[in-house]
Amino acid sequence: MELKLPPLAETGETLTGAEIVVRCLKEEGVEFVFGYPGGAVLHIYDAIFGQKAFHHILVRHEQAALHAADGYARATGRPGVALVTSGPGVTNAVTGIATAYMDSIPLVVITGQVPTRAIGEDAFQECDTVGITRPCVKHNFLVKDVNELAITIKKAFHIATTGRPGPVLVDIPKDVSAQTARFHYPDKVHLRSYSPVVKGHSGQIKKAVQLLLEAKRPMIYVGGGVVLGEASAELTELVRLLDYPCTETLMGLGAFPASDKRFVGMLGMHGTVEANMAMQNCDVLLAVGARFDDRVIGNPSHFAAGNPTRKIVHIDVDPSSISKRVRVDVPIVGHVKDVLVDMLALIKGAREKPDATALAAWWDQIGTWRAKDCLKYDRTAAIIKPQYVIEKLWEITKGDAYITSDVGQHQMWAAQFYRFDKPRRWINSGGLGTMGVGLPYAMGVKLAFPDADVACVTGEASIQMCIQELSTCKQYHLPVKLVNLNNRYMGMVRQWQEFFHGNRYAESYMDALPDFVKLAEAYGHVGMRVDKPGDVEGALREAFKLKDRLVFLDIITDQTENVFPMVPGGKGMSEMILAEDL
Amino acid sequence: MRHILSILVENEAGALSRVSGLFSARGYNIESLTVAPTEDATMSRMTIVTTGSDEIVEQITKQLNKLIDVVKVVDLSEGRHIERELMLVKVRAAGKDREEMKRTADIFRGRIIDVTDKSYTIELTGTTDKLDAFLEALDKGAILETVRTGVSGIGRGEWVLKA
Repeated sequence: MELKLPPLAETGETLTGAEIVVRCLKEEGVEFVFGYPGGAVLHIYDAIFGQKAFHHILVRHEQAALHAADGYARATGRPGVALVTSGPGVTNAVTGIATAYMDSIPLVVITGQVPTRAIGEDAFQECDTVGITRPCVKHNFLVKDVNELAITIKKAFHIATTGRPGPVLVDIPKDVSAQTARFHYPDKVHLRSYSPVVKGHSGQIKKAVQLLLEAKRPMIYVGGGVVLGEASAELTELVRLLDYPCTETLMGLGAFPASDKRFVGMLGMHGTVEANMAMQNCDVLLAVGARFDDRVIGNPSHFAAGNPTRKIVHIDVDPSSISKRVRVDVPIVGHVKDVLVDMLALIKGAREKPDATALAAWWDQIGTWRAKDCLKYDRTAAIIKPQYVIEKLWEITKGDAYITSDVGQHQMWAAQFYRFDKPRRWINSGGLGTMGVGLPYAMGVKLAFPDADVACVTGEASIQMCIQELSTCKQYHLPVKLVNLNNRYMGMVRQWQEFFHGNRYAESYMDALPDFVKLAEAYGHVGMRVDKPGDVEGALREAFKLKDRLVFLDIITDQTENVFPMVPGGKGMSEMILAEDL
Repeated sequence: MRHILSILVENEAGALSRVSGLFSARGYNIESLTVAPTEDATMSRMTIVTTGSDEIVEQITKQLNKLIDVVKVVDLSEGRHIERELMLVKVRAAGKDREEMKRTADIFRGRIIDVTDKSYTIELTGTTDKLDAFLEALDKGAILETVRTGVSGIGRGEWVLKA
């Protein structure tokens, strides 16, 4: 990569590679480094010893280091930083890197490598880090010359945080971290092969506004890009100004306040009837920072064929997200925030106004879909319903907590029933769907916002995938609340087996579960077991009252409960199964 | 449809695997791929021949542009261009067939660049079509070995692909 750099500062201090790493992280204003030491990173750990620029958080497994850094990044918008050793350190980290990659989360991952002379010799704890991680990073580097180290780390932060964000990995051989170089940290880097578009094309934006104002049945579909692009305020203003219905993907929740009546709920495989039907039947669709993925629109040919006259406007910072699964009529490549600002100005200045009569009829139509009350569940049941737990969690935290989740049914219930009014409050693995993220996500969030309520909604299967981090929570005093919706099943697997595999529950029952209360206590935390609906609220209140303790709430829920509505895989988004259909 | 993509990439270790990895990871076809340094030592130029619908080729171009090491991507098949491929063929050339083999090579403007008493090695340059036609003109049993470079392409006229 060609760079326009000032000549190497001859006046810079002479530092070891390891010291350079620490200084670069300091220059970047890094608060936390999540990591785990090992042979290839020992020089770097030596340089970390005693420094005060950032806190190092020692996890219990490298996967959790990545998830915690990822959770920190999702909640703050700042890049997360992780540090792991070569070989198994890296391979353990790969799940975390891929998780961040799929959801476009900015991370800088520093990995140790065997000494340069040993690379390729199958040395102890050697793996081809750059090769293994290539398909799941935005970019990666192997630094073979200590003089290139500082500029490479600068590039890593630049690439990770600009355009469509993503994880960037810097692999540092052990000898490079021991060698010395003059330290110079540039303010800026320029890469000739990398210059993400910011401003949207003004002609396209005009066309988009025209279409939106002429719409009879408009719909605004919001994805994680609005959260990542910090465009929540602009989006909210746009939706309210137009008074159009708005839906959000799993990753977009909170970008527009769920308490606003214009919000028709999440869309997609477990979206609401009103959101999915409005998507399918609208005449103008504005997609903002979203990617029409399989869990959102289901079968793309059904989506297209069911409504061939629908016009689609698509705003995204990544051109490759546009027209990938669905042909769009007005593509706009740019930063969602900048594009929305331009659109707002045009709408405010426009002589045309939305067609009030058509809009009223459209809202009436949406009202009939809403009246189906597709999220209803049995509130009189004698067994705890998981949806009820989430509703109570929302109530007790006043809808203002940071909620992390793992992956499965509990994730969907949290998404449906915790009504997020703010962006960056809902922290979950959408794209990769990684079980085990919830607890380390909560650690990253709690470190960033020590005074905020942080709860992890999890299940008895997911939580066991990173349970060892209860130890990290003890060490760093991270009083998060774990809400374990314990149905003794891998619930979502069980649900699919019930619907599509003739009730053959192959390997989805979790036999021999631990006593989670005792387990929490063994790690030095508070454990509580709840098995009656009447006790849920009290237990949640008590847990949040224990401000300085991690509380593990093991809540025994209905084993047979399913997530509704559901669009079966490969079906069209209006082909939903509702609870009442069964 | 067949497309010829010309790609300027940073002359960095791993740039080739980023490009080829993208094709395999996303299930795109590669008919041929060539890569070599350019007049600018910091860059290499690749020519990739691929097939796919317009939508797929549009995605391929966008995904390639997303790679940090990729400086520029152009679909040569969208405009006037020239493409060439080099082939070396070792053929059986003994007895009465020896003279016929030489004549066929001449017709295709091939050059015989190595000779033994039983074989010729023929060098042939041209479009993929021409090379295919030459192989078809030969008796299949006479072909001992073939090696092809894959297509290299360049735009016609004064237009140049630059960083």
